[in-house]
Amino acid sequence: MFSLEHITNSIQQWLYSTFNPTMALILECTIVMLLAIGLFAVLGLVLVLMERKVAARMQIRLGPNRVGPRGMLQTAADTLKLMMKEGLTPNGADKFLFNLAPFIVMIAAMLILAPIAFAKGFQIWDINIGVLYVSAVSSVSVIGILMAGWASNNKYSLLGAMRSGAQIVSYELSAGLSIISIVVLAGSLQISDIIASQQTGWWLFRGHIPAVIAFVIFIIAVTAETNRAPFDLAEAESELTAGFHTEYSGMKFALFFLAEYINIFIVCAIGATLFLGGWMPLHIGHWEGFNHIMDYIPSSVWFLGKTFFLIFLIMWFRWTFPRLRVDQLLSLEWKYLLPISMFNLLLITLIAIMGWHF
Amino acid sequence: MFIKEYISDVYRAVSSLLKGMKTTGHYFIRPKEIITQQYPDNRAQMKLPERFRGEVVMSHDDNNEHACTGCTACELACPNATIKIITKFDTTPEGKKKKALDTFVYHLELCTMCNLCVEACPTSAIKMAQTFEHSVYDRNKLLKKLNQPGSKLRAGVE
Amino acid sequence: MYRETQIINSGHTILSAGGDLGGAADGGELVINVGPQHPATHGVLHLVITLQGETIQKIEPHLGYIHRSIEKMCESLSYRQFIYVTSRMDYLSAHINNHACALCVEKGLQLEIPPRARVIRVLMDELTRIASHELWWGAMAMDLGAFTPFFYAFRERETINDIMEETCGARLTMNYMVPGGVMYDIHPNFQKRVKDFIQLFNNKIDEYDDLVTGNIIFQNRTKGVGVLTKEDAISFGCTGPVGRGSGVPCDIRKLYPYEVYDKVSFDEIIETGGDSYARYLVRIKEMRQSIRIVEQLIDNIPDGEFQAKTKAVLKLPKGEFYSRVETARGELGVYIVSEGGTTPYRIKFRSPGFSNLSALDHISRGSKIGDLMAIMGTLDLVIPDIDR
Repeated sequence: MFSLEHITNSIQQWLYSTFNPTMALILECTIVMLLAIGLFAVLGLVLVLMERKVAARMQIRLGPNRVGPRGMLQTAADTLKLMMKEGLTPNGADKFLFNLAPFIVMIAAMLILAPIAFAKGFQIWDINIGVLYVSAVSSVSVIGILMAGWASNNKYSLLGAMRSGAQIVSYELSAGLSIISIVVLAGSLQISDIIASQQTGWWLFRGHIPAVIAFVIFIIAVTAETNRAPFDLAEAESELTAGFHTEYSGMKFALFFLAEYINIFIVCAIGATLFLGGWMPLHIGHWEGFNHIMDYIPSSVWFLGKTFFLIFLIMWFRWTFPRLRVDQLLSLEWKYLLPISMFNLLLITLIAIMGWHF
Repeated sequence: MFIKEYISDVYRAVSSLLKGMKTTGHYFIRPKEIITQQYPDNRAQMKLPERFRGEVVMSHDDNNEHACTGCTACELACPNATIKIITKFDTTPEGKKKKALDTFVYHLELCTMCNLCVEACPTSAIKMAQTFEHSVYDRNKLLKKLNQPGSKLRAGVE
Repeated sequence: MYRETQIINSGHTILSAGGDLGGAADGGELVINVGPQHPATHGVLHLVITLQGETIQKIEPHLGYIHRSIEKMCESLSYRQFIYVTSRMDYLSAHINNHACALCVEKGLQLEIPPRARVIRVLMDELTRIASHELWWGAMAMDLGAFTPFFYAFRERETINDIMEETCGARLTMNYMVPGGVMYDIHPNFQKRVKDFIQLFNNKIDEYDDLVTGNIIFQNRTKGVGVLTKEDAISFGCTGPVGRGSGVPCDIRKLYPYEVYDKVSFDEIIETGGDSYARYLVRIKEMRQSIRIVEQLIDNIPDGEFQAKTKAVLKLPKGEFYSRVETARGELGVYIVSEGGTTPYRIKFRSPGFSNLSALDHISRGSKIGDLMAIMGTLDLVIPDIDR
């Protein structure tokens, strides 16, 4: 069976046998960093293309089909164009903050990558408070957005940043609560433990209806947290032209754009890890034969398949729904999602205590 | 009851959203519904209806003869001064002097394709062509002379 | 002062006591310029919006970015020529604009139109109305952040455009109406293609309801947003779907029937809500009524001439002539003053967009910026129609 675990282990062994431990650690860090950056670049290209293709299919169009085979190099060409464009800084902008903001957003997105398990035994940092770490770091990106909006010296940007601040702060609550409901079921904050606890079945199925509700709330909340339609009030191009990144151009804009897609990938990866068992194959009760066949599919394929399914779901939302208004956005959170998820957490706790889950 | 209302609210909202997703999902799994026309590639299949108004042309027959008498009815009918007719005096075999068309100047860049000139023409000398790819790099190329060089009035057209 | 009393009388709670609107006294106001280049204004409308947080305090529309002095241009064009210019006013209902002008000229000439031409004109008008409402529907959904409806709307609109292209020779600015009838007879394929379109439309219109009308987010975005009371609608002169959404019966096709509108049966859609959702519903239902008119007429096009015999040079007698039609946006009036020559002495167009825009400031005060998009979407502003 193909596994990434063997590759990483053999690389590690080779490093430690060839170099002294400090050097090996440094080299390991470098490799991981390069891999992460490479992954980011690839993900950005793939997700943007995927979004455009999904949108096109839903809108009875063809989508990009000119650059490369079936338009696959379209996003690469777009990136090249963005890199060659001049990065303008508006007159009267706070230059330091203006230039810093896209990097903060990007770094925040990069940091969340650390505890995600891409396959069996393929994880950058299996920190024991993995889920907490993700929730904490993901809220840093709002600082970058506020910074961008404020420093742009543009009223549209400021309004967009204000909206984004209110939105992310409130939706963190219900996202956090639905994450906690899985933590309650799994009994651990560590990502690898949570995945291991889904050996016999994914929490989405094992936790009865409350787990499904938690999943739905999680998806809604992370859609809002990543500023995606129908919650894209921070950019809302028909209202605020482009919201907080109105004044950005060239590569600085590309960083915002890339960070948006990386964030989608990351929240979907978290969702897949918590609710759909991460890299764990689909196992159904005592169907031994079926379970064996499922085991033959590599764990990385399982993880990516689940993640991309969730990404597709979020894209589906975007190309179907109109945008909410700013006050409706907040009332949805505070009047519907938060009460429901609190009640739901109560139910899940009850299920966990009584051991009613499968 | 409050709770009941709240739950039915949520139910109605979710079902309306799912209905919308069903519609877009319906099209997602049916690539046959795609209606995109890949324009520059489909030039061969593309056929514009015969009434389509693309530009004004003057029809010439095999003998390089046209039907324009130079009466300037089209010039008068044109709301944008798109057409300018320059006439000359031909000498007929009998020795009489006769007004005839020298140059039919057509400013494509001013034309709104309103068809009034074609309607006004008493001899059906001009008509609308179905071309539409008019872009050029030089504006002067839009200034056209409709009668072909060396062409003359068809016999019998008054 | 009058306006404030009116607002209080009509039960608006938008304005707090004191009517402190300009509000130099309380700070924290933000003035933003929406347009002339902005994704939501659909053209070159310039709105100066005074905001308090996200709440709109005042909207000041600035016009003139696309003023081409069409009225003045018409004074130097003959009665045949000036019709095509009006296609460029409300370009989405170009046919109906041309129709209004042709009607006015015919009134002056006291010309009798052949019955075939009358029916063709009405058919074209109604197809144009559907096409216009289709585009509005897609653009409105796009303003509210849903992109996909735009493409579905254009798919149906494209079919109408193809029909127009085949019969009239152009897709948007057709110039098919001439004084005395229509420019050519209908194309042999016309009836078949229109029937196909009716079938297509009836199949697809339910999709619109699934995708947008029934959507809870859409309903929340439009219900109770931008309420225009019946009294206000009358005093602002709002016509068309905007007036009818406020409960004002103002359909010219019913009030002053022209051509064959008195012979076909259709309902005047009136909603009493006065909010954006009511205006939305009026247009959606109007599309079905237009289809009803087309269905009644498509098999009953009388034989005969498609154009009355007219002189080569038209001269209107000395006097003043006024005709009005119902465009997709409301009442379009054409007022011609003739001195007896070949060109009009003065032409005035009463365009529906201008009156509807005038209500924008009144109905958006106190709403959020997001609401402004819903309000402008349902006012269905076409900027060249406003500026002319």
